[in-house]
Amino acid sequence: MSAAELMDYDKALELFEPVLGFEVHVELNTRTKMFSPAPNPANEEFHAAEPNTLIAPVDLGLPGSLPTVNETAVRYSISLGLALGCQIAESSRFARKNYFYPDLAKNYQISQYDEPIAHDGQVEIELEDGTLFQIPIERAHMEEDAGKLTHVGGSTGRIQGAEYSLVDYNRAGVPLVEIVTRPIFGAEHLAPQVGKAYVSTIRDIVRGLGISEARMERGNLRCDANVSLRPRGQEKLGTRTETKNVNSFRSVERAVRYEIQRQAAILAAGGTIIQETRHWHEDTGVTSPGRPKSDADDYRYFPEPDLLPVVPSPALIEELRAALPEAPAVRRRRLKEQWGFTDLEFQDVLNSGLLVEVEETARFGAAPAQARKWWTGEIARIANAQEVEASSLVSPQHVSELIALVENGELTDRLARQVLEGVIAGEGSPSDVVKSRGLAVVSDDGALIAAIDEALASQPDVLQKIRDGKVQAAGAVIGAVMKAMKGQADAARVRELVLERASQV
Amino acid sequence: MSTELITMSAAQLAEKLAAREISSVEATQAHLNRIADVDGDIHAFLHVSEAALSTAASVDAARGGGAQLGPLAGVPVAIKDVLCTFDMPSTSGSKILEGYIPPYDATVVRKLREANLVPLGKTNMDEFAMGSSTEHSAYGPTKNPWDLERIPGGSGGGSAAAVSAFEAPLALGSDTGGSIRQPAAVTGSVGMKPTYGGVSRYGAIALASSLDQVGPVARSVLDAALLHDVIGGYDPHDATSLTDTWPSFAEAARAGRNGESLKGLRVGVVAELNGEGFQAGVRQRFDEAVALLAKAGAEIVEVAAPSFEYAISAYYLILPAEASSNLAKFDSVRFGLRVTPEGGGTVEEVMAATREAGFGPEVKRRIILGTYALSAGYYDAYYGSAQKVRTLIQRDFSAAFEKADVLVSPAAPTTAFRFGEKLDDPLAMYLNDITTIPANLAGVPGMGLPIGLAPEDGLPVGIQLMAPAREDARLYTVGAGLETLLEEQWGGSLLAQAPALGVER
Repeated sequence: MSAAELMDYDKALELFEPVLGFEVHVELNTRTKMFSPAPNPANEEFHAAEPNTLIAPVDLGLPGSLPTVNETAVRYSISLGLALGCQIAESSRFARKNYFYPDLAKNYQISQYDEPIAHDGQVEIELEDGTLFQIPIERAHMEEDAGKLTHVGGSTGRIQGAEYSLVDYNRAGVPLVEIVTRPIFGAEHLAPQVGKAYVSTIRDIVRGLGISEARMERGNLRCDANVSLRPRGQEKLGTRTETKNVNSFRSVERAVRYEIQRQAAILAAGGTIIQETRHWHEDTGVTSPGRPKSDADDYRYFPEPDLLPVVPSPALIEELRAALPEAPAVRRRRLKEQWGFTDLEFQDVLNSGLLVEVEETARFGAAPAQARKWWTGEIARIANAQEVEASSLVSPQHVSELIALVENGELTDRLARQVLEGVIAGEGSPSDVVKSRGLAVVSDDGALIAAIDEALASQPDVLQKIRDGKVQAAGAVIGAVMKAMKGQADAARVRELVLERASQV
Repeated sequence: MSTELITMSAAQLAEKLAAREISSVEATQAHLNRIADVDGDIHAFLHVSEAALSTAASVDAARGGGAQLGPLAGVPVAIKDVLCTFDMPSTSGSKILEGYIPPYDATVVRKLREANLVPLGKTNMDEFAMGSSTEHSAYGPTKNPWDLERIPGGSGGGSAAAVSAFEAPLALGSDTGGSIRQPAAVTGSVGMKPTYGGVSRYGAIALASSLDQVGPVARSVLDAALLHDVIGGYDPHDATSLTDTWPSFAEAARAGRNGESLKGLRVGVVAELNGEGFQAGVRQRFDEAVALLAKAGAEIVEVAAPSFEYAISAYYLILPAEASSNLAKFDSVRFGLRVTPEGGGTVEEVMAATREAGFGPEVKRRIILGTYALSAGYYDAYYGSAQKVRTLIQRDFSAAFEKADVLVSPAAPTTAFRFGEKLDDPLAMYLNDITTIPANLAGVPGMGLPIGLAPEDGLPVGIQLMAPAREDARLYTVGAGLETLLEEQWGGSLLAQAPALGVER
């Protein structure tokens, strides 16, 4: 649907009430896979592995192979369930979800069906204006990821029209937790923002638990967004669509907004919404139809006979509960106070979804105020221009290092921005870039004095003005010296030296 | 000497090997000669190992070097083709796996090698262990050594025939609904289905995961026990494997030989497993065996198991349901047969063409049955009800074991039937498993052993002994006691009465 055909957003909200639902898949970063001893590519250490190198017989569904449950993944899932405010099931069971697809080695996925490990929770999210909103959680269940298909030939990169497809089973068997919300009512015109804040909160939670790398651009965190509309005053829920793999916070916001406008236009014109999955197109900002989906999709679920029920002891659950990090809302209040940010400054960080980045940058030694300045300033600016997540551009450790270089005078702000560009371009750490690009501040006073003396000599009138006490006249000299130093000098130091030399020369 | 080497029990072979009266190379060569002589008629083997003699030589060398070897070191063994072997094809009797050599050994095979047994080859079976006659093998049926016009039982007809035709002293089988015990009964050999979880299933190509169990096939109770001691025990690769410490089954068998163990033993005759439809000669030999037990001091009690009536119905829902899912992995993408439709095709079309060409009619029948039974809307009525029946059968067993230490029934309702007799009547074929299925549904151990020849056809009749879960040792003790009494009557083993095969060397 072209932009012109969409209904105006405010108009859509006037006529319809949006109801949301989210399914978020979290890849756990355990060392081995959910049901096999093969290394887990969702663990930082193994993510860059060559295709089909992280596989065991189970991951290929070889005849005779059997799954065994990764206990660490179960612990992580329980911790996540607890952090989502869920009840942990006394006994939960794996089930087989049967369907044929070439990325699914066994042609069934081991998942959980009627007995998930965690159920009935609630997550508090904070919106841009600081209001709190509760997201009801239906369940969180454990399952395994499928392999990855690369469709070769054809123009779309999709299976239709491809000449052939390559399968990489590295991802097959990666431990996943799928978090399913109940229908979310009352988001109203803030619905897109609710989606963004929810996914960002889930990321904060799993990062805080340390159970996932949580990098959306790598697929560690994947969101399916369900949207339906019902006419104002109607009780019955409208037909929903499920937009798959909306893989950045910003896209969640855009996709929800788009679906509201698209569905409103269809409904207002007397049309009906087809229950289906939809694909999100990051570049054009639209969704397109996927496959029809009905509630009666028959996956022939039945209890997985190769695995025993998961029966965590109450002692284990309490141990994990006691070890939970503080809830995001509590953490936000603590950090705000600790960092001494104003409301406005702190909201700025939250709304950019950069709380974790600022916190981690500070943990590496940077002043929180500097960390905030860089993340919400220069880095966010570049991220916007490139339409990517700021967190995907540069690591907190590198930002901290950059700030340290400025603090101890090795870089000016202007030079630091050039260094940042280099780091983002993949040229290495900030000190690598300083070296390779030769960007260090000229801190050799001798070189500066020589340039200053030359500038003063060529502008005797300025020299006289300075000597007469008109200190602001020094600006012209400073400018000339900075120019001669190609900007690689600390302007404050130059100013000091100019005043000093002016009184001596 | 050659004849002696093949007719000797595994226990005797092992003794002579340990005393260095014979070498493993001699024993292995004798069996390879026997295979060459008679397997053209019997067709027990799908593959004969090329490594058997070199393996035997290395065992001899180790023994010569003074190494402490296990009790069965150097004894040849045949392996049912359902088990994965990294050095031999493992086809599970199916065209879809023709020539497939797995990259790993099943746990039981690994244990055989570690105990220095000598794998002779892979034995024939009904395709994916679906059948009671080996007529469903994609590679042609195995003949019963007692009468080449008759079936050797199934699915493990190859292992039972290999042992009873003296092609191997020992064999491995797998038993999902009687595939070890029924072939033992109709070939005059001994077969044991251990307690579910007593022997690892890792590397056994799954038929129905909640029913499958690997076990020994032999010509005597002691030999079966010796092999069970090698393959049994906890395996971390199989989540359903029991962590119990098991007693020595060989010791249990030896203890049973003096007959003392039969005094005061409460033997429960299951009323439901010895009635209508059972061959007269089978009933006669069974009644005589029970009388023999009574004469030895056992107390005979009649026990009722009213739910056994529903066992076959429940079994033929649970088995196909699990099998339909387990066999989904045979899709041509990663291993096995690949059939491309004329002019190429999509991945779905290739999968369909492969499965159409690669699976036999019985496999297709059960996949369709199972897919149907698991379908939404039918699950509760079929799979759900079957699981309830399973619980009732388990309760019947518990109640019966209150009154009796072991339960007995004929191991099969008839002696070996003729080829083709039941091929067109699947229901009649299914009913042949009526005696053996309850033990699989309840997970309890069951043993089949010969009790004589039916007067009307001169073919072997077997008895089934069943014990509570984890009481496998009890079956070896009681089985050895009964075997001793019978062999006293016969003046040797029943198999000594089997007709001669092939050419004598």
